[in-house]
This record gives sequence, C-alpha cells and structure tokens, in this order.
Amino acid sequence: MINLPVFPIVIPALAAILMMFMPKRVQLQRAMALGALVMTVIVSLFLVHTVSTEGIQTLNLGNWQAPFGITLVSDMLSALLVTTSTLLTLFIVWFAVHYFSDSYEGNYLYISMLFLLVGVNGAFTTGDIFNLFVFFEVFLMSSYVLIVLGGRGVQLRESIKYLLVNIIASALFVMSVALLYGVTGTLNIADLAMKIPLVDNPDVITVIGVLFVIVFGMKGALVPLHYWLPGAYVVAPTPILAMFGALLTKVGVYSILRTYTLLFDGNGEFLQTFLMVLAVLTIFIGMTGAIAYNDVKLIIIYNIMIAVGVILYGISVNTQTSLEGSLYYLIHDMIIKAVLFMLVGMMIGITKSGQLRDMGGLITRFPLFGWTFFVAALSLAGIPPLSGFFGKLLIVSGGMDEGELFGPLLVLLSSLFVLYSVMKIFLNGFWGEAKREYDGPLVPYTKRLIVPVFLLLIVAVAYGFGAEAIHPYITQAIEPLVNPEIYIDAVIKE
Amino acid sequence: MEIFVSIIIGVLTMCAVYLVLSRSLLRIIIGTALFSHAAHLLVLTTAGLKTGAAPVLVDGVTEFTDPLPQALVLTAIVISFGVTAFFLVLAYRTYQELSTDNMEEMKGTESYD
Repeated sequence: MINLPVFPIVIPALAAILMMFMPKRVQLQRAMALGALVMTVIVSLFLVHTVSTEGIQTLNLGNWQAPFGITLVSDMLSALLVTTSTLLTLFIVWFAVHYFSDSYEGNYLYISMLFLLVGVNGAFTTGDIFNLFVFFEVFLMSSYVLIVLGGRGVQLRESIKYLLVNIIASALFVMSVALLYGVTGTLNIADLAMKIPLVDNPDVITVIGVLFVIVFGMKGALVPLHYWLPGAYVVAPTPILAMFGALLTKVGVYSILRTYTLLFDGNGEFLQTFLMVLAVLTIFIGMTGAIAYNDVKLIIIYNIMIAVGVILYGISVNTQTSLEGSLYYLIHDMIIKAVLFMLVGMMIGITKSGQLRDMGGLITRFPLFGWTFFVAALSLAGIPPLSGFFGKLLIVSGGMDEGELFGPLLVLLSSLFVLYSVMKIFLNGFWGEAKREYDGPLVPYTKRLIVPVFLLLIVAVAYGFGAEAIHPYITQAIEPLVNPEIYIDAVIKE
Repeated sequence: MEIFVSIIIGVLTMCAVYLVLSRSLLRIIIGTALFSHAAHLLVLTTAGLKTGAAPVLVDGVTEFTDPLPQALVLTAIVISFGVTAFFLVLAYRTYQELSTDNMEEMKGTESYD
C-alpha cells in the first residue's frame, strides 16, 4: 500500500467536494461527512499499524524523486496526530449534528469542517516546507469560513482580526521559506536537515529559525503573539470552538516541534533559550487568564495557552524524555480540550449565559453531564492515573535531568492553577442552588449531545490508563526527531 | 539587479506596515495585499534573478533561471488572491452589519456577547 499516507488527506477532500454539489440536503451531508470520517479513522489506524511494523512510510507525489518533488512522510509522529485529529473531528461532527439547527448546517458547515481536517492532516503528513504552507492555507481558509458562519456582528468583528493576524503570519511564512530556499537551495525537510549544518554562516539560520518560531507561534498562540486568541475563539459556536481549540493551535505547536528538532537543533543556545522563555511566558499569561475570568469559555481558552506553554517547554528542553512528554501531552490535550469545549458549550446552551454567576445546581438535573465534566476536569489538571499526568511527568523529569529547576516547577505549579480554574467551573456551575429554572435551547437535546462527549471522554481515560501500552508508539514517534538520520534515510533512499 | 529588487521589497513592506497600522479597514486590506507582494518578490529574488534561456526545455543550457521559485510564487499568488477576495467580502459584510469601517470602534473589549 504505497499510497497509504495520502488517504487521510484525500478521503475527506473527495467527500467534501462531492458534498458541495448538494449543499442544502442536510440529511445526506451528515451521513456523508460521518461516513467519510469513519473511513478516514479506519485508514489512519491502519496507517499507525503499518508505520509501527514497517517503519516510516513515504510517498513521492507525481513520482518525482525525493529532494525534487513533494514528498509525503508518515512517521509515527504524524500518523498518531492524523489519527487523533480525525477521531476528534468525527466526534465533533457527531456533536454538531445534534447541536446546530438545519438552516445553519445547510451553509457549507460540514464541507468546511472536512476541508479543515484535510489541511490539518496534510500539515501533519507533508515532508516539504512549502507544501506545509499550502496545507496551512487550506485549513486557515476553512477556519475563516467556519468562524464567520452565522454572521452575528460580534463574529464579523472578531473574524476580521483573526484574518488579519493570519494573513500577516502567512506572508511571513512565505518570506521565511524564501530565505531558507535562498540559503540552502532546497525545500524538502529531510534534505534541509542534511544541508543546514553545511551552511557557512550559522547566524543566518538562527534568524530564519526565529522567523519560523514567530510564524508558528502566531498559529499556536505563544506569548506575545496570543492576543488574537481569546477574542477569535470565544465568538465561535461550540462545535467550531472545539475543533479550533483541539486542532488549530496544535498544528502550530507540531510545526515548531518538527522544524526545531530536525532543522534548527544544531544552531546553538540562542533558539533554545528563546523557545524556553516564550514557553514560560505563555504558561504564565495562560495561568493569569485562567483564574481571572468568570466566563466559562474564556477559562478553557486560557487553558489552551497553558497547555501550549507546557508542550513548548518540553520541546525546548529537547531530550528524548521531554519530547516524549510533549507528544504525550499534545495528544492528551487535543482530546481533553475537545471534550471540555463541548461540555462548556452545553452548559452555556442550557443556562443561556456564559457567566458563572448565572449558573449553579446543574448536577441535580443532569447527573451524567456533571460527572463527565468532573472527570474531564481532573484529567485536564493531570490527576493520576488520568491522561494529563504522564505527559507532565515526562516533561518535568526531562527538564530536571537537564538541570533545569524553574521550568519544571512552573509546569507543576500550572497544574494547580488549571485545577483551580476548572474546579471553579465545577463548583459554581454544577453544585449549589440553581439560579432559575433551566429551559435553554439545548435542554431537550442534552441526552443526545452527551453521548459523543462521553464516548470521547472514555477515549481520553483509556489513553491515560493505557499509557504503558501507548508508550512504545510515542518512543517510536520521537526517535526520528532525536536522531534525524532515521528521518533522512527514510525519505532520501540512496 | 538583486539589490534594486531588494530595495523595492523594503519599500513595499514599509508601505504595507504603514497601511496595516491605519484605522480604515480598506487601507488595512490594501496593506496586506502589498505585504504579500513583498513576500512574493522576495521568493523570486532570494533564488537569484539570472537572465538567460528558459529552463529545462533543451539540453546543454548553462545560464538559466531557477524554475522552482516561479512555481512557488504562482501558488502563493493564487492563495493570497483568494484570501484577499475573502477579506474584501468580509469587510463589506462587516460594514453592513456594524455600519463602521473604523478599527477603533471595533475593539470590542467590553463584551463578547
């Protein structure tokens, strides 16, 4: 199956193109979207299996040999992330089927969601840095459509800012790719990993490395490039928010992981210190925001920043242990953020308000909903044996091994702040007295909405309890990043 | 020739930054368009602006232009064309909805409801 790496990109793309011919037939759209996603999940699980038994899978598109054409590279890292993002999209679409009204769904909703997945899967799979830019644009374009769907004034206002930030980031991306091409004469990531150490003037590479961190940092909401995140995310409807929070910022983090470890690793202390400072600042600003707000959506949105900071800290330490921790935590955070955003969206739908002071007593009326939130909250904070724990453990021990003290302590401290912020939602939202009779628009659908969220939570819990079983896959995913020769040999076969 | 184009790239970027920092939405959009022009010119320039025969068509050509940046820039132009079109439509729709094109009035720091 030489074409295997391309299927997670092509299946949702073909389904979305077919669906474009019948945008108003909502029932058919739902069935096609779910069908395509189930197929993609099966294919990507098969991809993970193939990579684990046969090693890194590559595909030279158009049969141009490796450094000249575009190469798709599925190593374990990209296969795991492709599987996670497809699985999440499946559950979010399932949730969206019950959440949205028919008229909303008829506005190219599922088509845009599938194209977003195409871009995300493509960005995870591609082995060419310009192609990475193209796939970034694919998912950004879909995210522009998704964020304005509905057309409320406040949505339009925030999407303008979101667009502007991303257009500038894209232009910077093109510029940094141009500079990299000017210096090395190649765009293939494996070929770049070979040629960058040979460049005479390493300072040029450091500058380009910083430019890439800025570009991906804008997508991943690193401090000080995070200012667009709360506004843009808070106006999006719940399923869209879940998709953005789970997938979009994580693509930025993945790109930093890939480029930093493979390309800019040999370029000395500066970039490492730079990343570490950004990571620490991001954790810090995220903690401040998470405890400062009383709006449930904003609390979880600032928790995204804490997670991005923790993952980035693991990347900046850059040892086998800390990178394993980062990847483990990355996958955990994608799943659990999707769960939490959907739960928080249900709270808002039931109480008709996003503010904690208008909520209370939800657990007496909706017990399953309440306990689902409780377990998800503990998992986010990293209470063992739930899934957040192992990633943080590996990141902290990786940092300690390198003689760091401040960073690991901050990562541990951030867990307390995360726990405080989500318990605040739990105590104020689910316990106590109900402020009034709940008759929000989502009340009749609660039983159906909780099903996909609950199943996704089971996936998250299984990911925590099965950490031992998943660990070999994580190790295999990190190996090519620590020893780039494995990656280079797999892509350029000679 | 490369030096001359580099200066043009600098001037374009300068104008783009000035326009993006202004208040009017339309000026901001023109600024982003200029910024992507600068990026595209940079792609062509970093690879070297050699003059000579067309690449890859016949054997034995020594002075030729690198074809890859041209392919890259074509892709990037198409993408930025699409995004700019979308941005213009969004700006018009926003103007209809909020009856303002002044970014000062679109801060929205009070509430997200």
